[in-house]
Amino acid sequence: MIILIWTIQLILTPVVSPLCIGIIKKVKARLQNRRGASIFQPYKDLWKLLHKDEVISSNASWIFYYAPFIIFAVTIVVGASIPLFAAFLNNTLTGDMLVIVYALAIGAFFLALAGMDTGGAFGGFGSSREMTLSALAEGGLIFSLLTVALISGSTNLFAISSSGVFAQDQHFLSALLALCGFFIVLLAETGRFPYDNPDTHLELTMIHEAIILEYSGKRLALMEWASANKLLIFIALGVNLFFPLGLADNGGVDAILIGMAAFMVKIFICCLIIALIESSMAKFRFFRLPDLLLVSFILNVVALSLIQ
Amino acid sequence: MLEIIASPISFFILLELFLIGAAGSLVLRKNDASANVWSSFFAIAGSLWGLLFASAILISGQALSFVAGTSPFPLLSLAMHIDMLSALFIFIISLIALFCSIYGIGYVKHFYKKYNIGTLGFFYHLFIAGMVLVVTASNGIFFLIAWEIMSVASYFLVVYDRNDENNVKAGFLYLVMTHVGTAFIIAAFLLLYKYTGSFDFEVIKSAVTFIPSSIKNTIFVLSMVGFGVKAGIIPFHIWLPAAHPAAPSHISALMSGVMIKTGVFMMMRLFLDILQPAPVWWGLVVLFVGATSSLLGVLYALTEHDIKRLLAYHSIENIGIILLGLGSALTFSSLGMLPLALLSLVAALFHTVNHAIFKSLLFLSAGSVINQMHTRNMEEYGGLIKYMPHTAFFFLIGSMAISALPPFNGFFSEWLTFQSLFQGIIALDSSARWVFILAAGALAFTGGLALTCFVKAFGATFLARPRSAEVSHAKESSFPLLAAMGALAALSLLFGLFSGPVTLFLETIGKSFSIFQSAPSLLSLPRGHVLTVGSGFASVSGLAFLVLFTVAIFIVVWIIRSAINKKQKIKIGATWDCGTDLTSRMEITATGFARSIVLIFKGVLKPSIQHEIEYHDAETRYMPKSRTVILGVRDVHQAYFYRPLHKVVATLAEQTKNIQSGNINTYISYIFIALLIVLFATL
Repeated sequence: MIILIWTIQLILTPVVSPLCIGIIKKVKARLQNRRGASIFQPYKDLWKLLHKDEVISSNASWIFYYAPFIIFAVTIVVGASIPLFAAFLNNTLTGDMLVIVYALAIGAFFLALAGMDTGGAFGGFGSSREMTLSALAEGGLIFSLLTVALISGSTNLFAISSSGVFAQDQHFLSALLALCGFFIVLLAETGRFPYDNPDTHLELTMIHEAIILEYSGKRLALMEWASANKLLIFIALGVNLFFPLGLADNGGVDAILIGMAAFMVKIFICCLIIALIESSMAKFRFFRLPDLLLVSFILNVVALSLIQ
Repeated sequence: MLEIIASPISFFILLELFLIGAAGSLVLRKNDASANVWSSFFAIAGSLWGLLFASAILISGQALSFVAGTSPFPLLSLAMHIDMLSALFIFIISLIALFCSIYGIGYVKHFYKKYNIGTLGFFYHLFIAGMVLVVTASNGIFFLIAWEIMSVASYFLVVYDRNDENNVKAGFLYLVMTHVGTAFIIAAFLLLYKYTGSFDFEVIKSAVTFIPSSIKNTIFVLSMVGFGVKAGIIPFHIWLPAAHPAAPSHISALMSGVMIKTGVFMMMRLFLDILQPAPVWWGLVVLFVGATSSLLGVLYALTEHDIKRLLAYHSIENIGIILLGLGSALTFSSLGMLPLALLSLVAALFHTVNHAIFKSLLFLSAGSVINQMHTRNMEEYGGLIKYMPHTAFFFLIGSMAISALPPFNGFFSEWLTFQSLFQGIIALDSSARWVFILAAGALAFTGGLALTCFVKAFGATFLARPRSAEVSHAKESSFPLLAAMGALAALSLLFGLFSGPVTLFLETIGKSFSIFQSAPSLLSLPRGHVLTVGSGFASVSGLAFLVLFTVAIFIVVWIIRSAINKKQKIKIGATWDCGTDLTSRMEITATGFARSIVLIFKGVLKPSIQHEIEYHDAETRYMPKSRTVILGVRDVHQAYFYRPLHKVVATLAEQTKNIQSGNINTYISYIFIALLIVLFATL
């Protein structure tokens, strides 16, 4: 039974993540008075891309060839190391918050290198912007996780999710501020509005799309899929660390099923919020973004100082 | 067997190996090749012996104290005291010296016929022997002699490539700064002598209660400055980014990886051992210094496009991280929280070891690149991964380790440092807590910025297309160079994978400090590889991460390659060029990559920009003929600290000149007045 649960935990991230993208796109289309593609369209896109031939630049080195596999594998590892539907799994090996943060940094590292590798004009600037943002987001990310870690007395994500940070009245304000800080970082790290426009290929605005411009075929599929995984990972962290409602606390079939259902509902709500934000606000100027990330950091510093 | 190796005789053999190496190199200086062979052989033999000796002491756990002969001066005794901490540093010195010496066999060949290899060998050996003496000397004056041997030998190594005027200038700056530092250290030792009546560290330690607290604080400040200059803390760092790049690369590796740590070693020795108990503010000051050094160090590194200067600034950053651990240890021990202090000290020691490994790896691989490219300017590199694939791979490992990416060693020591700062945030209150919060914030941003900086360094050096014609002549380095880099890269991974056992071992070294002798441990190692802090507060396993990652990557590759798509083709094409011919000027440069960060932090970095436009017609000012943009970063330390300081000193000197009239009668009256003052003073 436990092996089955671990298998689900391992494959849940890549299986569900395209759905998040599909939901966000669908909601956005509806808000724009379009019917929009089916929420399962991202799966079909991936399937199509996986069967296409590839064009790879003659300037590319092995970094470009292997980066998609490394980045995708990193998201799998991280996805398996965070609470998704079950809090009782208690991964003490790789479930530490700093491991997650720095493991995701491996992905950012190779993503940025892959962008520079082909020597195009777009990739390098995309990498530069991506790294600038992720460097500045790191303070807010670590501190928001630290706030909830200090409230629950452990830096292990499973332990945090099973303690329920909003349950303790005296830490309510801290948890709320940490949630705001985390959400700002979530948008930055996953390349959503107001940081990056995931739908555009306009060179002035794009970050993530600029980096993967040279990719095609199955490597492009992996890159897109990995970024969907990353979105799901951040959403899962947000919903499960702050709202652990419904997380399975034992290995029983009922608990697991409730956990899965609760997880799906929670990510659906989260995708809805992201889609609403993307439909209602414009992308910020690049040099306004550090201010926003600094706000996230300061919110978390305040949150930390409120914990006694 | 252990007792034979861990004996004074064995220590003398270690020194003699280096001294024979030094003398022999001088004797053979007429013949470059044989001097190189002699010097390398004895350096390798000495380093191996040093490793053996240090391991024996570390395993036996017995401190070794002895006097190496009588000295003609009453206050100078050649006393040595080799405890666990000294042994750890001898281990680090020997380990890095071993790989630098192997690297040197191949590397110094390009100096043949240009410079004298014999003198290089001579100073190289003196430098290593000096460092070994610094960490073992147990008498203040003896220590200062060793300190000077180390500093002066390294000065001659910095100016070794003396045909470049910049190197000579850098060497001079280094010589001046290091002696300013030494002056502060001498002042600190003299104060210690005044109140304890001895230069012997053991005696000082036992008599430390006789020192009034105000004097103790003065000693703290003096030694913080004195040893801080050597360690390269901001604002005393200005020599470091000048001197480390000037030296030959395997020397830079030793200086950055090991020499600057001797400053940290003495801080640990003085603050955590000899001068205990210490007031709380000492630790907070060290934390503050560590936080600023790490954050500013990485920001300055981002502005650099000279590859070795970039690495030198990262040394400042990492010294800052080590000081974060040390500062927390000091704060906790002053507050009586010994288990937490021990944890922080272990973090500092672990980062010291790790930084030595990955920084020397990075300097050695940068040296290989410079050796082929004949320039340190990253803007003239590009695409080197195709010409030097192995060097590129080793540089990549070094970059990942220094950016604290798991499962390499840098991550685990930063993780421990983070944990000790977190513990401080939990356990402390009011102002001390705020210092810990800010220190943790600085460390968090430092990690992200270091990652950015190494994407820039690796990308600009090895990726994309060549930006100068020189690149196409680059060849992969020779075997000794690759062997040294490969071994260090392997160590980076191994120290990460076995971070648990290594950390626990470092804890026993921490426990050899007299204040920690009975401190309970916060670290445990369930299942042999899961490093755990507290009772489940945090845990990590490098081994499990690597296994999980490898399994994941194999499954992904297998599914994509064979399960989904077997007949898929790869077509090689050109990079998308928007219809124009892509030139290497269109790809991003190191300066361009970091430009947005520099602009975001313009309040700190003070970037300067200068436009020069030449027009075809100066009157209408349309149609520019040529356009030059000069980007730079104003050195705020130079502008607001060293310039004014220099001005004050120069003015004082100018004023003093007035009493020198050149008239003998005046001088005689000075002597008379001085005599009178002395006479009255003694009455």
